[in-house]
Amino acid sequence: MADISLSGAPETVDHIRSSYMAQVQRRRLYGGLTLLIFVILMVSGFNVADDRNAGGFWEGLHQIGDYPADVLSEAWEKRADLPGLIAKYFPALVETINIAAVSTLIGAIGGLFLSLLGTRGLAKWPRLIPMFRRLSDIMRAVPEIVIALVLIFVLGGGPVPAMIAIAIHTAGALGKMFSEVAENADLKPVEGLASTGATWPQRMLLGVMPQVAPNYLSYALLRFEINIRASAILGFVGAGGLGYELRNAMAWGPGRFDEAAAIFILLFGTIVFFDQVSSRYRNKLTEGQGQ
Amino acid sequence: MLHIEALTKRFGENTAVDSANITVEEPTMIGIIGRSGAGKSTLLRMLNRLSDATTGTITFEGQDVTALRGAAKRDWQSRCAMIFQQFNLVPRMDVVSNVLHGTLNKRSTLATMFNLYPQSDIHQAIEILDRLGIAEQAPKRAEALSGGQQQRVAIARALMQDPKIILADEPIASLDPMNAQVVMQSLRKIHEEDGRMVIANLHTLDTARRYCDRVIGMRDGRIVFDGTPSQLTTGVARDIYGAGADFSEAATSTEIETLDRSEAQKTQAFA
Repeated sequence: MADISLSGAPETVDHIRSSYMAQVQRRRLYGGLTLLIFVILMVSGFNVADDRNAGGFWEGLHQIGDYPADVLSEAWEKRADLPGLIAKYFPALVETINIAAVSTLIGAIGGLFLSLLGTRGLAKWPRLIPMFRRLSDIMRAVPEIVIALVLIFVLGGGPVPAMIAIAIHTAGALGKMFSEVAENADLKPVEGLASTGATWPQRMLLGVMPQVAPNYLSYALLRFEINIRASAILGFVGAGGLGYELRNAMAWGPGRFDEAAAIFILLFGTIVFFDQVSSRYRNKLTEGQGQ
Repeated sequence: MLHIEALTKRFGENTAVDSANITVEEPTMIGIIGRSGAGKSTLLRMLNRLSDATTGTITFEGQDVTALRGAAKRDWQSRCAMIFQQFNLVPRMDVVSNVLHGTLNKRSTLATMFNLYPQSDIHQAIEILDRLGIAEQAPKRAEALSGGQQQRVAIARALMQDPKIILADEPIASLDPMNAQVVMQSLRKIHEEDGRMVIANLHTLDTARRYCDRVIGMRDGRIVFDGTPSQLTTGVARDIYGAGADFSEAATSTEIETLDRSEAQKTQAFA
């Protein structure tokens, strides 16, 4: 055939076969080594954790259901009180959701800028890409609870430090996810807009956003769910909302487990509710694209 | 050998395939023609059991294919290979691995996870690639190959399944005329040398004429023509495609020589 004669001496099937077999052997070796390292890490990691553990893993394993069982049995005994308790804690839930919503919004806007400025091919200042990337690395490396503790120390307890702490973490995390989406965006529309003399914000708004909007929204909604949980946890360190009430209910121990159960029901119901709402909204957005 | 009886597929209000009846007694190369949306792809997908029939039966060598479930269904799929318009290879895996995917039905998930294909299978895969003239591409990633080469890899995967039937859904629709010819010739060769049944959806009349022993025409889900290529006159073709008198075969052609040939036919007709 023509293409074989062009490449000089024709490769024989035997040669192809043996070189491919060598490649397969090498790949299997790497696969085996990876598996071995994985097993070693698993076993050694487990042993270290088990040694350091005060009670020991195997001795404690059968007690794992005790606490939930206590909570459930006590909540079941006092089940008549649950609707009242849920109504009592509803304002705290609203506060928690408020913290999550505001911080998601601010964080998403921050993440949007971080992602566009930190993506090759889209950035306004290509030389500053590493700077924006490291900035978003730092923002998501520091746990929100650490930022919240520092801010509570400076600003005093309340929802504002929690909101700022979650927003910073969200901006870093969404900046990373958004820029991965933006990397896969088609650059041709951007080039087309640039050829008409559009400014950088115009190119981003009209050339990139229509392509990435469904994915961005979907990530932001996922982040919102995560932030509801995060803002509940920050209540433990004095940021108010549902977490504060949950800490009180759990710290008091037996006797107030019905309150803890009511709060868990509220949290679970909220997550399910927002999951349903967001998945419906996302479907609408992606289906609307085709039309 | 293969009996299709009153096979129907409905999507809500639409009937994609409307009680199709086909009987094939011996391994044949069959071309199914018709314009897009005529139900050709749906018919092939039902044969492979990628989608379920609404009503009707497919019987192959006495076995009711439409009733198969689970492992039996997957076993049927391994005996009834499928080739797609867009090749449907795994783009980031090498060519030989893609061909070895033809043996997946016989292998356990654990063995495939660790890439433990028997050496004999690997040798056979390279032999098949050599038969299709692309053995030199064996270690490359599938995505690095041209369209025609990728389609031949897909054919190699189908051959690796050692199937009784090869279904080809528009195998040459995304290829240029030269590659289209190579792919169609490979399919014809497989039919002649191995005696496998080949059923191909084709969107060009001349390809069906040139390579197939039997042509089935579909229009709006119904089979409107079933016969030999010589029975397929221009009038019948106009019926199948629902075209007017201005329809000429050259309009649907992908062959380089067709333009000259239709000119020649025209002069013959005038003579």
